[in-house]
Amino acid sequence: MMPTSTAFDVSRRGVLAGGVATAATASVSIAADAAPQSAPASAEPRVPVTLKVNGKSNRVDLDPRTTLLDALREHWKLTGTKKGCDHGQCGACTVIVEGRRINSCLTLAVMHDGEAVTTIEGLGEPGDLHPMQAAFVEHDGYQCGYCTPGQICSAVAVLDEIKAGIPSHATADVAAQPAFSIEEVKERMSGNICRCGAYANIFDAIADVAGEARGARA
Amino acid sequence: MKAFTYERAATPAEAAAAAARTPGAKFIAGGTNLLDLMKLEIETPRHLIDVNRIGLDKVEDTPDGGLRIGALVRNTDLAAHPRVRRDYAVLTRALVSGASGQLRNKATTGGNLLQRVRCPYFYDTAKPCNKRKPGSGCAAIGGFNRGLAVLGTSEACIAQHPSDMAVAMRVLDAMVETVKPDGATRTIPIADFHKLPGTTPHIENALEAGELITAVTLPAPVTGTHVYRKVRDRSSYAFALVSVAAIVPSDGRARVALGGVGTKPWRVESAEAGDDAGMGKRILAGAKPTTQNAFKLPLAERTLTAVLADARS
Repeated sequence: MMPTSTAFDVSRRGVLAGGVATAATASVSIAADAAPQSAPASAEPRVPVTLKVNGKSNRVDLDPRTTLLDALREHWKLTGTKKGCDHGQCGACTVIVEGRRINSCLTLAVMHDGEAVTTIEGLGEPGDLHPMQAAFVEHDGYQCGYCTPGQICSAVAVLDEIKAGIPSHATADVAAQPAFSIEEVKERMSGNICRCGAYANIFDAIADVAGEARGARA
Repeated sequence: MKAFTYERAATPAEAAAAAARTPGAKFIAGGTNLLDLMKLEIETPRHLIDVNRIGLDKVEDTPDGGLRIGALVRNTDLAAHPRVRRDYAVLTRALVSGASGQLRNKATTGGNLLQRVRCPYFYDTAKPCNKRKPGSGCAAIGGFNRGLAVLGTSEACIAQHPSDMAVAMRVLDAMVETVKPDGATRTIPIADFHKLPGTTPHIENALEAGELITAVTLPAPVTGTHVYRKVRDRSSYAFALVSVAAIVPSDGRARVALGGVGTKPWRVESAEAGDDAGMGKRILAGAKPTTQNAFKLPLAERTLTAVLADARS
């Protein structure tokens, strides 16, 4: 149990309470074994957050309101991940955290302290594209391209989810191992909206990577 | 988003104690609903207690042959659990019919039970809403209410409960386990967990201040065909207009709960006795539709009829 905490007292367990302890010592770690000195409240409380983004660990002090999306774009300067609706409806902000795709707009960066994040930049780069990135290029799986980073991160995770045996609404027998099908992909990709309507080519690209013939060019 | 302070709890009891100690505190787990509402300033907690690292992320067998699901088990993991897929398929089917893959990877079992309503007037801070601002009135009654509830409504609120998972939990007779700030634990039957709006629609469940859901337990499996059929405006990533969770034995009484139609997951045990043909009317007795959502009554009845006929054939 944590000891009783007052406005000017921080427990060893690490109350990351902004406005309490981090103001005058914004860069001081308040990890469990390094409680800082008391400090007056601040209007701009900051919380130290360490993320391993695309294989590289970095620490940034953030307003606790900062979403993972804003942290990646504004603090890590990785602008490949896009802000579409900012409400978890469009999927443009999809990234892979600890091996799972999530909407980075609907989670706080501080909730992911110590975790590994893969963004579109981490999947591959020009000259060394991830197979899914190459397939999107090959199949013209976009028009304006704004939703594409989210589509690709989601698509990579979707194939992993099918392999891992995670059922979907399109799975007829939920007790059985799901198999790749275009119906499975459509259902599983429904959290990624493409306003240009490039869906047919997106599905071709995903089927290509999955090793399934699909469409006229496949 | 309004400013808040943040702390990370290490145990369930510690989280509950912190919530009781801190005015304006809320727990955050998956955050997919809470953060959305915080951005719109519909939820304005002054302090967030992150419960993501307090354990409670396991699905375990219980001695009586049932299942104990930790409150932090993600919707994806629960849907994919081998025993849930085999013995409680209605739950897997309900889970995978809700939200998107990304959201299910974050959303938790406890959080799903606590998700707020999707009434457009709850979301529109320029309009009155008795849930958002008690006593301000209900703009949905007489407003755009096509998607809203026909059962369990009151003069104060007609918002439908949005969860798919909770409808399956209701048909499975789930029990909600909690811990209070003083460390005391209790178990609440799912039937009593969600509250009808009555004159206090801002009180949505049986939880007391600072009380934290720790697990949901399911009794031993019920034999029969497990079905979750969801009818919606588009075939994926949409809330239900009507949904039917059912466990239908080849011969005998079916268990049925409805989603999309009630202010809470809707089950009428007494309506399950008697012939299949009349079950829809018995469950929907007392419904108070509006002009716009009256279609939900025949839709629910026909969906139920189809579910029962398919399962028994």
